[in-house]
Amino acid sequence: MSKISGIAASAGIAIARAFILEHPDYTIKKTTVTDVEAEVVKLEEALDKSKAELLKIKERTLAELGEKKAEIFESHLLILDDPELISPVKDKIREEAVNADYALNEVATQFIAMFENMKSAYLQERAADMRDVTKRVLNHLLGIHYVSPAEISEEVVVIAEDLTPSDTAQLNRQYVKGFTTNIGGRTSHSAIMARSLEIPAVVGTKDVLTQAKSGDLVIVDGLSGDVLINPSEAEVAEYSAKQEAYALQIAEWRKLRDEPTVSVDGKHVELAANIGTPNDVAGVIENGGEGVGLYRTEFLYMGRDKLPSEEIQYNAYRTVLENMNGKPVVVRTLDIGGDKELPYLDLPKEMNPFLGFRAVRLCLERQDIFRTQLRALLRASVHGNLRIMFPMIATLTEFRAARDLLLEEKAKLQAEGQEVSDSIQLGIMVEIPSTAVLADQFAKEVDFFSIGTNDLIQYTMAADRMNERVSYLYQPYNPAILRLVKNVIDAAHAQGKWTGMCGEMAGDATAIPLLLGLGLDEFSMSATSILPARSQISKLSVEEMKELAAKALDLGTAEEVVALVRAIGN
Amino acid sequence: MQKTFRIIDEDGIHARPATALVNTATKFKGTEAFAEAKGKKVTLKSILGVLSLGLEPGDTLTLITDGSEETEALSALQEVMIKEGLGELNE
Repeated sequence: MSKISGIAASAGIAIARAFILEHPDYTIKKTTVTDVEAEVVKLEEALDKSKAELLKIKERTLAELGEKKAEIFESHLLILDDPELISPVKDKIREEAVNADYALNEVATQFIAMFENMKSAYLQERAADMRDVTKRVLNHLLGIHYVSPAEISEEVVVIAEDLTPSDTAQLNRQYVKGFTTNIGGRTSHSAIMARSLEIPAVVGTKDVLTQAKSGDLVIVDGLSGDVLINPSEAEVAEYSAKQEAYALQIAEWRKLRDEPTVSVDGKHVELAANIGTPNDVAGVIENGGEGVGLYRTEFLYMGRDKLPSEEIQYNAYRTVLENMNGKPVVVRTLDIGGDKELPYLDLPKEMNPFLGFRAVRLCLERQDIFRTQLRALLRASVHGNLRIMFPMIATLTEFRAARDLLLEEKAKLQAEGQEVSDSIQLGIMVEIPSTAVLADQFAKEVDFFSIGTNDLIQYTMAADRMNERVSYLYQPYNPAILRLVKNVIDAAHAQGKWTGMCGEMAGDATAIPLLLGLGLDEFSMSATSILPARSQISKLSVEEMKELAAKALDLGTAEEVVALVRAIGN
Repeated sequence: MQKTFRIIDEDGIHARPATALVNTATKFKGTEAFAEAKGKKVTLKSILGVLSLGLEPGDTLTLITDGSEETEALSALQEVMIKEGLGELNE
């Protein structure tokens, strides 16, 4: 048995067999073969096995995800039957007396290059399909056992170096009971996705990948951050009990589902949820969310090969607004760039992507993209209680420019006879220190603020949140951060506006007493954090928390702040 | 036999309709089928061939059939072009 500690990224306990997600090594050596016909047979066998696999995947995808998702496998099957691909490979084997994997790789590489050089971004992306199909056949030729995350069909704990957003999007909740990674932190994408999928996760273990082998029994404790590999029977029993206790705790929280969030002394605050797709709304309602405080629209743009049309976006926004049934929905306009790339936009690599061309900076330049999104939002606005916010605003000039584009699109739609709601609140994310400092000026022009703590902390502390060596600087409780938060809330209140928070900090049990004391109006968090937070707030007095926050603002270090909050024993 | 189409799909010819074209062409075993565009002629029985034409909206594409069932094949292919919203007859 071995036990590793990492960062608890998503609550809950998973006990299942390890599934190692590694991208295999496809180094191919050219060798001379003596029996070329045997080599051709080897190729044919590998093709047949690959086709059988694809047929199975296609049928499963068809049953579980529908026709659209299954189509891609249909075209993969056609490629494996394509004479333009297979004949040259066989010719090469026969004429040059080379190994099948080498011949296939040579021919496939030409097609990949052909696609990559095409004018249309869509066809350039087909290079990825060609690579995918080639790898599938190479797996059989090279004896590599590789299963993609989409193909997992038994209960497992996924173990990986890191999970990319597309890996995570492919995880099937039915089979993936938990995951654990070598790198990453609480705010890395895989962690955020784990919380929204409600899959227990431990990240940043540094070496779980070297310690665990495929098929090992693994326990992932997303509450403590521990990972146990091949635990003893007693440990399995202990964690099964812990798993049950956690389920009971959740049942207890569930009772608060339809209750408002009120402090001991009767102050109401709003607990909202962060979502990424319309599918997440079910979890918001299930967990008693009083609204959506952050709808990350970039997921609409990811996992596709071109920009989503106005219609696709309109349908998504409308679905969320309708399903939230009149409760407020804060939609953040496209926040792409930084660690979130869109291959089809073909943006140049940057030295400092987090400080670079992203979010509203990109939208103000690529107005075609931005205007499409704004139109979709405005059209959807009549179906619910829509609030729009712009991310990464650094200057008032940027806010005004974005607002003017919104107003222009609104006027155009109205001229076309479209109905648009007149009660859309317009706000900004406060995640850049300049904006937090100048909040009093912004407060005159916006309807609300939403503090994005993940970025606000990394920009204030000048510490990349993806870099583990400086992760000690990710300090939500640092008095410097608290003072910025206070400045923003006070500025909003002075103008009769409200302030929310949609970073991870809003759902953090240590931060909540402080935020309540600082006067935060709306807390937006992962849906699963809402009920624990409601339970916690119902036991706190706002008046007492004001005193606590005042003391915290006067301390020198994050550690002192944590000690102060822990001392009240909530 | 041949017929010429103008591509109207905003993506040009992409994987799904290309798949449908190839599947249709392949059904007619005794009939050869080709696609010709931008001075390049490829067999319609190859998805890589069809995609390699790199067709974009506004391009013209000529479908050519030759063999015992050339009439049936061409009308089946035309139906795919229209049904998939790929192109319209260029008359």
